[in-house]
Amino acid sequence: MNSLAAPQRWEKIFWPLVATALLLLLWHFSVIWSGTKIFPSPRDVGRGMLELFRHHVLWADIRDSVRRVLIGFGIAAVLGIPMGLLLGWYPAANQVVNPVMQILRPISPIAWIPVAIIFFGIGDRAAVFLIFLGSFFPIVVACINGVSNVPSVFRRAGRNFGLTPMQLLTRVVFPAALPQILVGLRIALGIAWLVVVAAEMIAVDSGLGYLVIDSRNSGKRYDLVIAAILLIGVIGLILDLIFRSLERLKPLRWGFRNVA
Amino acid sequence: MVTKEVEAAPGLKTKLSVDNVSMTYKRDGKLTHVLENVNLEVSDGEFVCLLGPSGCGKTTLLNTMAGFLTPTSGTIQVNGEAVRGPDPRRIFVFQERGVFPWLTVEGNIGFGLSKLTKPEREQRIAHYVKMVGLQGFEKSYPAELSGGMKQRLEVARALAVNPDMLFLDEPFGALDSITRLVMRSELLRIWQAERKTIIFVTHDIDEAVQLADRVVVMSARPGTIQQIVPIDIAHPRDISSQHYLELRDGIFKQIGLAHQV
Amino acid sequence: MCMSKMSGSDSIPQRADMQASGGRQKMRHGWSRFVVALRPFLFIALLIVAWDIAVRRQPAHLLPTPWETVGGILDLVRHNLLLKYVVASLFRVTWGFSLAAILAIPLGLAIGWYRRAEMALNPILQILRPISPLAWIPIAILWFGVGDLSAVFLIFVGSFLPLLLTSINAARSVPDVYVNAGRNFGLGPMQLIARIFYPAVMPQLIVGLRITLGVAWLVVVAAEMIAVDSGLGFLIVDARNAGNRYDLVVAGMVIIGLIGFLLDVGMRSLEKVKSFRWSYSED
Repeated sequence: MNSLAAPQRWEKIFWPLVATALLLLLWHFSVIWSGTKIFPSPRDVGRGMLELFRHHVLWADIRDSVRRVLIGFGIAAVLGIPMGLLLGWYPAANQVVNPVMQILRPISPIAWIPVAIIFFGIGDRAAVFLIFLGSFFPIVVACINGVSNVPSVFRRAGRNFGLTPMQLLTRVVFPAALPQILVGLRIALGIAWLVVVAAEMIAVDSGLGYLVIDSRNSGKRYDLVIAAILLIGVIGLILDLIFRSLERLKPLRWGFRNVA
Repeated sequence: MVTKEVEAAPGLKTKLSVDNVSMTYKRDGKLTHVLENVNLEVSDGEFVCLLGPSGCGKTTLLNTMAGFLTPTSGTIQVNGEAVRGPDPRRIFVFQERGVFPWLTVEGNIGFGLSKLTKPEREQRIAHYVKMVGLQGFEKSYPAELSGGMKQRLEVARALAVNPDMLFLDEPFGALDSITRLVMRSELLRIWQAERKTIIFVTHDIDEAVQLADRVVVMSARPGTIQQIVPIDIAHPRDISSQHYLELRDGIFKQIGLAHQV
Repeated sequence: MCMSKMSGSDSIPQRADMQASGGRQKMRHGWSRFVVALRPFLFIALLIVAWDIAVRRQPAHLLPTPWETVGGILDLVRHNLLLKYVVASLFRVTWGFSLAAILAIPLGLAIGWYRRAEMALNPILQILRPISPLAWIPIAILWFGVGDLSAVFLIFVGSFLPLLLTSINAARSVPDVYVNAGRNFGLGPMQLIARIFYPAVMPQLIVGLRITLGVAWLVVVAAEMIAVDSGLGFLIVDARNAGNRYDLVVAGMVIIGLIGFLLDVGMRSLEKVKSFRWSYSED
């Protein structure tokens, strides 16, 4: 929906450049006008970014954060998808489990930190556990919804061809629900990325979240803080783009045609 | 290009005139000619069907008449005034998609009536609820209605503002064949009672011949008027009469289909 | 529908479905209906027993049993801390979330309406979105110091982007046909907004508000663990640091879960308002 004529191709690059330039100018001049000595200007942040890249620690931090996300998210997917499919398939089971999930879900994964530390001590495994918690529930819920939204025509057609319940689940219901499940997985990956940064600010001493808090604590290097924040955004975006390209695979894509 | 009967029937006032209208789109750097040199005059109170295969530009033509699109060249006039945009005197009936899902049946029919006083509005709503046979559903939301009911609702919403023209874009395309027949005779009844000028887009030859005073046959790429066929049968039409069949088969041949299944 | 259990020998699937639903309907009466309603509670009881046994078998006994957790909650009530902390957390969420909604929704709808504005801002929004609101903590403390304002700011940051993106999407997905129909009835720009645009975007906005309120609730707890010295998040950190009172830690978590659940239920009841509901009932 929009009120104007269709934009030309050059505008796809032109307008974002204009907006970014305006924003940087606004930032630059607010730093100058407010006369702050602490808050960095865009140029300071650029220099800070270069400094981070020259440090070898940055790559180790990125590697640590991404590794934690992939492990925690992977475990959540491996456990959450079958569980969600089963709960979607047996509404009676869902009715039993649902209240518990509704209460566990709104607890911030960060609030589990004390418990995580008891279980796993300070370190990688505590962070991975928090990421697992953060992405598990969205995955389960997406699978439940995906399965219960499969039109009953499909199930009937499948049973008409004499499929057993197990075959029905794997050959009809799962592929039919797959587009919705993939959307759920992408959202969960986004949440995992949010959680890892927060977890690293508290529970471990490496990773991009630690980089943010450490840059502040050791010498109030706010240029590095903002540079690290922007890097977190860019890497999160890259993860999201990789996942989106998965959604574009032909056999998975049928459900997205309307979205695109 | 054959252009017969472009002029409106003699003795009647010209309601709508389309002069040399062309429409081109630029898509992926290529120019597409959707309409080319279309000329048409419609007289007051006339029922005209635009008939043609999908992609022949009949919906585009209807949208330019209603003022939603501006033609690349040429002019469209209603009552001698150039069309500059949509106007409540000329209501466009979309397929049932145009019904507002957030309003009840009453709310939809009363949508264009906010200038009336409350009793007047209620009276008008009740009148049109009855006309399209939706009594008992006044408080229902569109999601609770069948496709045919939604279609009647949209027609009622259009009629309630008392427009002098109606544009209908394949309004019955999504309905089952029985409902479609009922809706056709409903529309004819309303047309005869209220004498609106109606422009009706369809790809159904039978529908066109059953309804229209004149059938405008269009051909595709670029969209042009191929022929205009007057249907000189009085309503209600006997659809098994020799003359009806002749007219229908003539159009079938015109479009390039032999009428044998 | 629990069709899977009826599979196998039925040669006419539709009839089998009908029988299945008929059978279920009968089951919904009386005693068996009561048992069905009871099952979730039985499951919760089972989990609590499992929790109890698991904790007792641990030699270190750092984690509390369910009963110790209940004791922890009672302790909090006795010291008048429970209400105080709940109010503190809710207060921050209300302010941060409301401010974000007031600014983000009109802005997002406007951006969604103008395709070029959406185009211009999209790359920036895509980069900002994956940043954890908590990563802004150093900036929050720099600008607002340790205290309420910092926490409110973090919730604002955490709710603003999701709301902005929802509003942009909502505005973009209003079908042309509704706007055209409105223009056809002679509506001016202001009337188009009030009578077409607003009702058309409402269902999507309400879903977005509900999800974002959930996010705000996650953020407040995390923010309170770092940036302030009251609230449910602070309770968790404080109980652990000041003497390993894990009964209070788990008590805090249970209360966080319950309140989050209630917030969600409240927002869902908004979705049930009839004139907002149109998009949900249409299947």
